[in-house]
Amino acid sequence: MSLRVKQRPKNMTNTKPALTVKDLSVVFPESNGQSSPHTGLDVLDRISFQVHPREFICFLGPSGSGKTTLLKVVAGLVQPTSGHVNFMYHHRPKIGMVFQQASLMPWRTVIENIKLPLELEGIGNIKAHNKAREMIRLVGLKGFEDSLPRDLSGGMAQRVGIARALIHDPDLLLLDEPFASLDALTRERMWTELSRIWQAKQKTVIMVTHSINESLFLADRVLVLTQRPGKIKLDVKVELPRPRNDDIRYTPQFGKLARKLREAIE
Amino acid sequence: MSSLKRVKNILPAVLSIAFALMAWQLIVQWTQLPRFILPAPADVWSRFLKALMDGSLLYHTGITLVEIVLGLLVGITFATITGYALAKSRSLEKVLSPYLVASQAIPVVAIAPLLVIWLGDGILSKVVICALIVFFPVLVNTVVGIRAVPSALYDMMHSIRATRLQILMKLEVPASLPVLLGGLRIGATLSVIGAIVGELVDAEQGLGFLLQLGDFQYDTSMVFVAVFMLIALALFLYGVVTLLERKFLKWQA
Ligand SMILES: Nc1ncnc2c1ncn2[C@@H]1O[C@H](COP(=O)(O)OP(=O)(O)O)[C@@H](O)[C@H]1O
Ligand SMILES: [Mg+2]
Repeated sequence: MSLRVKQRPKNMTNTKPALTVKDLSVVFPESNGQSSPHTGLDVLDRISFQVHPREFICFLGPSGSGKTTLLKVVAGLVQPTSGHVNFMYHHRPKIGMVFQQASLMPWRTVIENIKLPLELEGIGNIKAHNKAREMIRLVGLKGFEDSLPRDLSGGMAQRVGIARALIHDPDLLLLDEPFASLDALTRERMWTELSRIWQAKQKTVIMVTHSINESLFLADRVLVLTQRPGKIKLDVKVELPRPRNDDIRYTPQFGKLARKLREAIE
Repeated sequence: MSSLKRVKNILPAVLSIAFALMAWQLIVQWTQLPRFILPAPADVWSRFLKALMDGSLLYHTGITLVEIVLGLLVGITFATITGYALAKSRSLEKVLSPYLVASQAIPVVAIAPLLVIWLGDGILSKVVICALIVFFPVLVNTVVGIRAVPSALYDMMHSIRATRLQILMKLEVPASLPVLLGGLRIGATLSVIGAIVGELVDAEQGLGFLLQLGDFQYDTSMVFVAVFMLIALALFLYGVVTLLERKFLKWQA
């Protein structure tokens, strides 16, 4: 009786990676005062990893270990000092990014903020509007369509950011601690939703988080970064069955992985 | 209900104007000054009606308004374009800022005669003077406004591959609009001064010309009428900016 709900292929190493990061280092010029070429802030130190199509990977690491910087390099927002990022077929995929701070436009209402990516793609207003309504339902913001960001709580603003990142059906999702400001209940609902979206649509996801539970609940693989300058300290597969629910926390497998990650972080 | 509220809002202003008029009338009566030194409100009012009837008032006010509006348009266009370029390029800022600062050390009043000599006593010289006086505050506010656009929003726009034009239209313009309109508010007031300074140097038409004409002819009531029209123009421009702010900055309130 092992007819599981569509098990994803366990072994993805045969497929062409969606994304290859090789020997990536980022050094920021020292911001306080004189910047000679050899002093700078080493943020990431020769990071290498691969992500396969439809894979969900999580980065765990202490504050300041360069997690945000890593996502920004992948998104093309920060130029690496050395090393490179290669995408499958050598073109940059369509990206949906959720930022650590919600980064909403204060002059746009909730629905207008969510619509933005479709607007930039030149998609008709009615179609964009309908899609945005759908996203609003998905993230549980019904009734707040016409609110301005200043009237939203941190958690609500973050959900607007999530809806905006998903609306244009990106190939690659980059999530920077997207659930950090949500209350526990909403956060767990969002985990389930995100799992569902990720399983339903073919998305590759790179997520940054502080929470071991979150990473084990969502990811296929968890990578742990060291203190600055960030190096990859641990890279573990999470072979827990899907769909995952709350009960999974009480399985011995989960406990073992959680312990392993906790030890790596400390 | 809202009209009652509106009445309540403007009531203090109306009362203070009525009070000022009364005080003015009383001063005229007590001091018994000759009319060519201090006309009474009633004298000014009848002079106003006369100038209105013979069409001269509207004509000269119209000329000045045209100078102001053209001057504002030219000044704002150049100031926002230059300001945007300065905000985007530190090296351009380094090259241009000495000139800009130096230009501010010269009062426009000082170069107005030159401009009239070079450009003639028609509308053109006034438009240029207006544009010059409007240029700097709008420029500064453009630079400040564009520089204040949060870098997180640039990142967000780049992550969804916004083009330069999309970044300008959908991020930079709306984000800097509060500061930009603040610059326009200052510019609008200054532009009235610019037009009058130009007309006082030399002109055949406009409120400045009317002002000078009244002065020469000891028609002091006319001078008062011209001054009040200038105030009306300034208030009108101020009102237009306020309307723009109401319309575009609802999200700020
Ligand atoms: N644009 C930048 N210029 C200079 N230093 C930066 C910049 N962005 C981040 N940093 C620094 O790099 C380090 C890592 O930052 P970040 O990637 O945000 O870490 P994390 O997301 O893991 O907390 C921090 O010390 C931060 O101050
Ligand atoms: Mg971060």
